[in-house]
Formats: sequence, structure tokens, C-alpha cells
Amino acid sequence: MRATLLKCSLVVSVTVGVFFALSGSASAQITRYQEDQRLGTESHIGNVTGHAKAAAMDYRRYCVGCHGDDGDGMGANEPWLDPKPRNFTLGQFKCRSTPTGTLPTDEDLFDTIARGLDRSNMPPWNTFTRQQRADLVAYVKHFSPKFQTEKPGTPIQIPPEPEVTADRIKTGQVLFQKLECWKCHGVEGKANGPSADTLQDDQNRPIKPYDFTDGTRPKCGSSDQDIYKIFMTGLDGTPMPSFADNVKPDEAWDLVFYLRTLQPMHSKERQIAKQLGLKPIDPNAPVPEATPAATPAPAPQQ
Amino acid sequence: MTSFRRSLASALLFVFIVLGFASSAHALPAFARKYGLRCSACHEAWPMLNYFGQKFKDNGYQLMNDRDAPIWQNPSYWPVVFRITPNWHRESTNKVLVDTPAGPNSGEVQVTSHGFDLSGLDFHTGGTLDKNISFYVLPSSDPTASFHFEQVFARLDNIFGSPWLNVKLGKFELDNLVSEKRILTLTSISGIYQTYHFIPQGDGNIFGQIGDNQLGVEWMGHSVNDRTRVSAALLSSSDGNVNLSYGNSYSGFFAASQAFDVGKLGVDRIGAYAMVGEAPTTYITQNGGSIIPGAAIGNKSYSREGFVGLFYFGKLDFLAVTQHGSDSAWFGAGYGDLPGGTIVNNNIPGTTLPVGARAPTWNGYMLETHYVYSPQLIFIQRSEWERMSQQADPTSASNFGDVDMYTIGYRYYPIMTSRAGFAWHNEYSWTRQRGTAPDGGDLSSSSLLLGFDFDF
Repeated sequence: MRATLLKCSLVVSVTVGVFFALSGSASAQITRYQEDQRLGTESHIGNVTGHAKAAAMDYRRYCVGCHGDDGDGMGANEPWLDPKPRNFTLGQFKCRSTPTGTLPTDEDLFDTIARGLDRSNMPPWNTFTRQQRADLVAYVKHFSPKFQTEKPGTPIQIPPEPEVTADRIKTGQVLFQKLECWKCHGVEGKANGPSADTLQDDQNRPIKPYDFTDGTRPKCGSSDQDIYKIFMTGLDGTPMPSFADNVKPDEAWDLVFYLRTLQPMHSKERQIAKQLGLKPIDPNAPVPEATPAATPAPAPQQ
Repeated sequence: MTSFRRSLASALLFVFIVLGFASSAHALPAFARKYGLRCSACHEAWPMLNYFGQKFKDNGYQLMNDRDAPIWQNPSYWPVVFRITPNWHRESTNKVLVDTPAGPNSGEVQVTSHGFDLSGLDFHTGGTLDKNISFYVLPSSDPTASFHFEQVFARLDNIFGSPWLNVKLGKFELDNLVSEKRILTLTSISGIYQTYHFIPQGDGNIFGQIGDNQLGVEWMGHSVNDRTRVSAALLSSSDGNVNLSYGNSYSGFFAASQAFDVGKLGVDRIGAYAMVGEAPTTYITQNGGSIIPGAAIGNKSYSREGFVGLFYFGKLDFLAVTQHGSDSAWFGAGYGDLPGGTIVNNNIPGTTLPVGARAPTWNGYMLETHYVYSPQLIFIQRSEWERMSQQADPTSASNFGDVDMYTIGYRYYPIMTSRAGFAWHNEYSWTRQRGTAPDGGDLSSSSLLLGFDFDF
């Protein structure tokens, strides 16, 4: 009898445990047909092809707590996070190599997953294999109908990085003033410009500009090329616009060099700025003449 | 079936059903609360770490972003987690020498006991004191609430900005690739890795138990993506016991591993470890036999070394561990440990080893398999085999003391949040040790456990 009881307990507990574990909650946002269609989404990273369907388990394990079952950024942690998790359904991404308003490339999403996003709760997921990451890229894409109907933008062309010179840094400073970067980032890059406290993202949530002086990495990467891309493509969904129409490609490097002087890390740019005795800009002073043909900055994108 | 048993079965069924319907609590243990990540981000199934969790640990409980420094935390945030497992368990041993019912001085019977019970209680607190200074404090109790420090350390992480320079001081989990402190099995038999604790019958060396947390200092280095890991630790040969309870002897523990990207299968890892050291066999006494703590001499050597592998095949993964162990003949003859704080064998001047005494050696093998159906449901099996290759006493049977252990079970996590962990744990284990029953036969035991394993 004891043995029978034992067996019954085991059978019941195993059966019940397995039953409830296997019963998942299905999303009611889209039809099963649409879901099946979208789960066919692929990504292409070099010679690796990612499949959305293959990433379902990893998404559930690693991502769903913030980004939610439906990819709408409404995961269980959402109320406590600042900034809020990305809503994948909108198909709008900050870190891109493509022009503002366009979809990112698969490589952009692939790189973002591995790099993480500083000053957010998105850690660097560089423990995934390339295949896992490619699968997750496809899974992220499957949430947005945009990826079904639109193609990604064409990545901007980044000219070769020139040699850093004192003249280029000075020109970059002029651009910093002329493009009114200081209005948000402050004259010393401390994120304390006159507009800093008023900024909102396109969901009307308060957002802070990047503080160049606190030693943290810029959100979309810390290489010179990454910084170049940030202001030439803009951070879609935030007030940070694209300056691609206002700055010539080669001049953009001057701005990159000047921005480096604002960061506390040891760099050649800081060394040159020190030798020059470079002072912060005076926003009330007229923009110096003989500067590059930069046109006025666009209004911040709300 | 009696009405009582029917009621019990109904009650169990009710509990299981309630458990099954429990809805996800949208709410955050300590690290998960800090970073807003689910348990599943760092644990294949908690408490076992996955690759991301291992990297997080190797970085000093840091994700290596700006959220690592405690300044980011709400001042009221206190990184404390408790863990305990109320359970029902059944233990059975095939041959126990009893006075009754056969009468005094005789009777070898099977003894089975079962009932509701508690595990010990762990209070984990850990995190960062500042960017790149991490800590861990773990007061742990037995089921009667008698506490000891299971783990206490501070660690300097990424010294000079290098992931290859991390130094830890205190009592800590050895850098085992397959760590007993992350074990998924809970019965009285499977709650430890036999391979990490095996010592030959009659052997007095408790010091080489690499499943136990140890006191010492550790250097650890790893590549940025944690694919390559190396560590070396200098440990007091005290098996983690505080107050310098044994002698002034030390051991070293070394580990290295390398991970490989195997495409669709995931990231596999292979490694090797070694523990080599000395421990005392001679205890200095005073006042008629009282041991002077920490003054033991007569150090003898021992070693444990082996290979480790973690292999992933989609939802199926395998942990494999081998070990070759060797003790000095003095340990093999029972010198070394102080069971209950008293000397059983003391290697005082003039002591000689039994005629023919040899240094015991053995080999251990462990294979643990997981089938991760989903982050919320994991099936587990583990098989362990400990085989003597040389007995200390040449007259002993060649398989005397050999151990076989098998366990099978599953853990179901009905909730998967970033605030708490809860698991329904079912497991059955069986073990057999050759020649150690009172009649000289094989001693076998089994254990069944059904419980709620939770932490918050």
C-alpha cells in the first residue's frame, strides 16, 4: 500500500508539473497565421543566417523580462526601468548605420545585442554564439510588420578617418557651436545645456542627453566610427537628430575629434586641446568666420 | 487505500494544481532585482549558472556597464536573498545494524524513514561595494537553525582595468567549472557531488574536498568574453573550517578552461583542475591530551586532478567530470582528521604505518545530463562512479569502498521573474557502496524528495 501511495504521488506530481509547464500563453495580438508567417523571418550576418523560430527559447530566457512576450517593451520589469525597454513592434532603433527614419541593417541589431546599451538595463550579450545572435536578430525583426514590408536603409558611407590635427579640432569646436550641440550637451559636454531638462523621447518620456565628461561609453559604441555614425544617423525616437544634411562627411570627423576632447579618457585629441589651451565655447559669441559650410542644425526631433 | 491516504493523495493533488495555476508575479533575488533581469538570464536553471551568469560572476557580479556601481541603487536596496526548501522526503538504507527487533547485538535490517522536513536556510548577500570591488556573505544554517559562514569574501575585480587580474580573499567557492554550490539536485544522496567528496574507506583526509568552500586567496583571470578562464588559489588546509582548527599547512587549487563556439549547438567548454597540498597528521596536545588548535604538524601530501567538460546539444546538455585522487599512506591509514574535535590517530614520534600500508589512489567519473524543455522546466539525471585503483590496505578487496550513485528528477519553475525564485522539485536518488555494510556486503541507500525550493 505504501508503495502504491508512493507511485501515485510520483505519477500525479510528474503529470501535473509537466502539464502546466507545457501549457504556455499564446499572444492574442496577431493571428496564428501572421505569427507563423513572421516566425519565418530571417537575418543575414555574413555567412550566418538567423532564423526567428530558433530564437524563441533564448528570447524567453534572456529578453522577455524587459521587452515582453510581444516585443512591445512591456515586460514584467518595465515599470522599474529607466530608460524603458525598446518596443520592437515599432521597428524604430537608436543604433543604426542607416539614415534617420529607416530600418537598421541586420548587422546593426547584431552589434547592439553584443555591445549592450550603456546607461540602460541592456547588458552586453556577448556570450551568445554568432548563430544565436543572428537568430535573435531575426526574432527581434519578427515583431514589427515594418520588416515585412520595408527594406533596411543603405548604410551611410564613412570616409577614412583623417589624421587628428589642431585645426581639425578647432573646426570641430566651431561645428559644435554652430550645430547647437551645446543646447542639450552643454558647452563643456556635461549634459547641462539649456534644453537638457526639457527633452523628451517620442513617447513623451523624459530623456537625458549624453554626458561626455562622465567617462561612460556612448550608447551606440565608443569607437570613432561609432560616434561618427551617431550624429550622422541620429538616434531615432529621441531628440538627437541626424546631421547628415548639415555636415559634410569629412567635416564630421572634425566634430568627432572635438567631442573626444570633452571626454575624460586619455586621448591624442585631449592632448592637442591641452596644448592649444582650448576653452569651452561661448554660446553668446558669434560663430567664428572661416568655418566649414555647415548649415544650421535641424530642430531636435521629438 | 485507507481514507487517510486518499486524503493525503487528494491534498497533494490540490497543492500541485494550485501550483500549476499560479500566475507569474511581475515583481525582482538580489542581482536580478539590481539589474532587472530574470533568473533565467544567468541560470540555466537556478542555482546552476549558464555562460552569461558565469561571466557575470567572473566580472565580480558586474554586467560591465554603468549600472554596476552601487550608487545606481535605491538607498534602501539591500542585496539579501534567503533560500530554503520545505519538503517531504523518504530515506531508505538496505543494511543497518540494529538492536531491535532481532534483539541486542544483532540484526541487520532495512530502515526506511519518511516525513515532512526542512532544508537548511541560506542567507545570500553579495554584489559590489564600488565599481570593481565585489563581495559575498553567506550565513548558512542546518535545519535546526545552527549557523555558520558558508561563504565570505571580498574581491578586487579588473585590477588595472584588466579582466586577467582579479583577487579574492576569504572563504569562497572554488573555481570549479562544475560547481557543487550550483547543484541542481537536493536529496540526501545527490545534494553533493560524490566525486568531489570521495575518500577511501578509513582514510583520514578531509582536506581535499573540492566541493566545499575553502579559506584562502584566489587569483582569477579571464578573457573579455569569458571564453578563456584561469585561476589559482592558495588555501588553508582546513576544509573551510575557521579558527585555524588544524595546522599551518596549505593547499593549492588550479583551474583552467576554454569555451568553443559550436554554432547552432551553442558554446561548449572543456577544462582541467588540480588540487595539491599538504595537511597535518600530528596533533600537539597539552593538559592531558587537549589539542592546541592550529599547531598540528607532520604534514602529508595529497592531490586531486581531473578534467571537466560542458557540452550543449540544443536543449540537451552534458556535464562531465573526471578525477584522479591520491593520498599519502598516512591519510590512507586514518591519520589526519579530527572527527568531533578528537584525535583518532595521532602521528606522534615513533608511530609507524601498518605493515604494507600504501598510498591509496582512485578515479572518479561523473556525468550529469539536463534536458531544458524551457527555462521553466528542466529534467536532470546524474550518474557517478568512484573506483579505487589502489587500496591503502593491500588486504582489502580491490573494489572495497567503490561508490555508484544515480539520480533522476526534474525542477519546474512556475514563476520566472526578476524578484523571486520558486521551484517544484521532484527527485529520486540511489547509491551503493561496495563492502561497507555491517556484514561486509554492499550498502545501498535511496532517497526520494518532493519539495518547494524557493528564494526571495
